[in-house]
Amino acid sequence: MGTITLDHYVYLATALFSVGVAGVLIRRNILVMFMGIELMLNAVNILLAATSAFRGDSSGQVFVFFIMLVAAAEIAVGLAILTTIYRNTRSIDIKHYNRLKG
Amino acid sequence: MNDFAILCLIPALPLLGFVVTGLFGKHLGRMLSGWLATLATAASFGLALALFIAHPDGFGAGAGFDGKLFDWLPVAGLNLSFGLQLDPLSLMMTLVVTGVGALIHLYSIGYMHDDSGASRFFSFMNLFIFSMLVLVLADNYAVMFVGWEGVGLCSYLLIGFWFTRDEYNAAAVKAFVMNRIGDLGFLLGLFAMFTTFGSLSFGTVFGKAAGMASGTPVLTLITILLFVGAMGKSAQIPLYTWLPDAMAGPTPVSALIHAATMVTAGVYMVIRSHVLYDLAPASLALIAIVGLATAVWAALIALTQRDIKKVLAYSTVSQLGYMFLALGVGAYSTGYFHVFTHAFFKALLFLGAGSVIHALAGEQDIRKMGALRKKLPITYLTFLVATLAISGIPPFAGFFSKDSILAAAFERSPILWAIGVFAAFLTAFYMGRLLVLVFHSSSRVKEGVHPHESPWTMTVPLVLLAVGSIGSGFLGMPAVFGLPNFISDFLAPAAGAYESHLGSGTEWLLMAISVVVALAGFGLAAWRYGPKAVVPGEDVDMKGPARWSLVKFRVDELYEAVIVKPLFALSSWVSGTANDRGVDGLVRGGAGLFSGIGRLVRRLQTGNTVFYLFAMTLGVIVIAAIAALG
Repeated sequence: MGTITLDHYVYLATALFSVGVAGVLIRRNILVMFMGIELMLNAVNILLAATSAFRGDSSGQVFVFFIMLVAAAEIAVGLAILTTIYRNTRSIDIKHYNRLKG
Repeated sequence: MNDFAILCLIPALPLLGFVVTGLFGKHLGRMLSGWLATLATAASFGLALALFIAHPDGFGAGAGFDGKLFDWLPVAGLNLSFGLQLDPLSLMMTLVVTGVGALIHLYSIGYMHDDSGASRFFSFMNLFIFSMLVLVLADNYAVMFVGWEGVGLCSYLLIGFWFTRDEYNAAAVKAFVMNRIGDLGFLLGLFAMFTTFGSLSFGTVFGKAAGMASGTPVLTLITILLFVGAMGKSAQIPLYTWLPDAMAGPTPVSALIHAATMVTAGVYMVIRSHVLYDLAPASLALIAIVGLATAVWAALIALTQRDIKKVLAYSTVSQLGYMFLALGVGAYSTGYFHVFTHAFFKALLFLGAGSVIHALAGEQDIRKMGALRKKLPITYLTFLVATLAISGIPPFAGFFSKDSILAAAFERSPILWAIGVFAAFLTAFYMGRLLVLVFHSSSRVKEGVHPHESPWTMTVPLVLLAVGSIGSGFLGMPAVFGLPNFISDFLAPAAGAYESHLGSGTEWLLMAISVVVALAGFGLAAWRYGPKAVVPGEDVDMKGPARWSLVKFRVDELYEAVIVKPLFALSSWVSGTANDRGVDGLVRGGAGLFSGIGRLVRRLQTGNTVFYLFAMTLGVIVIAAIAALG
């Protein structure tokens, strides 16, 4: 068992990010798509935290806090919108949301 | 009051009359409007007469006085002021315009008494008098142009006075458009004048022009352009065809505007500009030729016309030609003398014709008149005086003025004189024909029409004008009579002196020939249309030259084919093809282009969120790839 290098973190982050992208692109369920977005954000967070730790520069970790904060806010707003749309459409399938088209 | 204040009042009174009758005509009623309008014009005449009496010597050696009312257009280098000028020429013209104008207003009260639009009629008439006075009293060309356009407008309004009839409106439009052609020449002349002299004021322009050499091209250009304006206003070849059509207006309008005053505005303008014309011999020659050609041409057409007013209209065109002939040979005061006498006898002829038309309940065809002398004695006698005057029978006014013109023409060239005498013969013939067919011969009046003499408001002007038709000639008798030539002497400071160099023997001979020719014309007419009444037949009876005269040499048709039709074709091409396909096509093409692009791009906006996300991801990958590879 060798030591864990920065490369491993990069692989992990890439894998997580790809899973997130795939989830957003493939799934129709809006809640799962949100989760995909969260995965992508957290992949970036892992990358930031890892590089920060390996370089001994804590400013990357500060970024992570900001991203988490913004993500929380985004989810709060996003879920609120989602609830409203659900009340109108009785559906959480993304293909029913094309009624927003102008 | 000083002279200038009186001068300002002269045009102000008719303007006031126009405003009052125009705004409150409906409340005043027809009669009161008519009397107010007449009073305004008569008061102007009184003021002009007062000025005339105050200056019997024609302002001594000076050429009158002028004054500025207000700055009109102070723009950059152009500083036009609105000023009035009184000199012998404008004073004489003012007397004619207001004097004859007042009589015609009085006549109109009787003539228009049962027309519901009489108030409107009188307000237009007063507006006309005002415009004409502005034209006459102007102290620069720009103000003169205001009056020039004003009288054109009034002419248009009054020709189309009975606007419910389409052909009357067409006649009004025709008059207006033909005048515009002339006015364009006038305007161009003014532009050329301003470029050359830097001013439009009479004093400055004439002062600067006097220092230039005779025959300077720019002077010839200016004078010819001004004459184009006169051609339109005074109905000379080739712009004369509007005047006969203008007879669509009420008869007093024909008398005032289309015989006595407005149509002589061109003559007045040329006399006013005589300093310029004296320096442009080529323009003078052109004027003489055009005038003489018009005199003969219109007289030929008048020979066979059947409408009493049309005969008189062509006669007016012909007489205007005479006036221009006089101007063309440099006899300006003689030309004015004919304007002066013509105003009386031609107004009288028209008013007499109006009285006949009135008596026959609107009939204008001379084939349906005849033997009216017993029914309309006053009209007959006054019409006879006017006929003798226009035909040049001594001692009536037309004899002296026409003979002076012919003498002046003879001095220039016997050919001009011979053609002029021929026109005089034609004049005597068609006037004799008119007189015989209307008042003598046998009655051809329609059943049920009972001719009656007109009311006093109409006959009084007839009598007064008849007095003028007899008396006005004595004011300008040729020198051989040994009496002072008042007109020539009075106008000399403003219109230049004209000395006849003919021997007294020659002059007597010329006069004798004129009289013989006029009598011959009368005799021929009396023989042709006399007791054995050969009434002008139906159109098919006329053959050869007579038929050409009857159809007016088809000049209207020629203009229609050569100018009007192509212009209409061009307009319809511009409004149809060029506009619809060209301009609209460009606009529609532009719109079509963008809506096409829109149709194409709209396909991307599916509304499918998954597709958007996919496209976004793809975009990010492409950008990242470019960044990684680049």
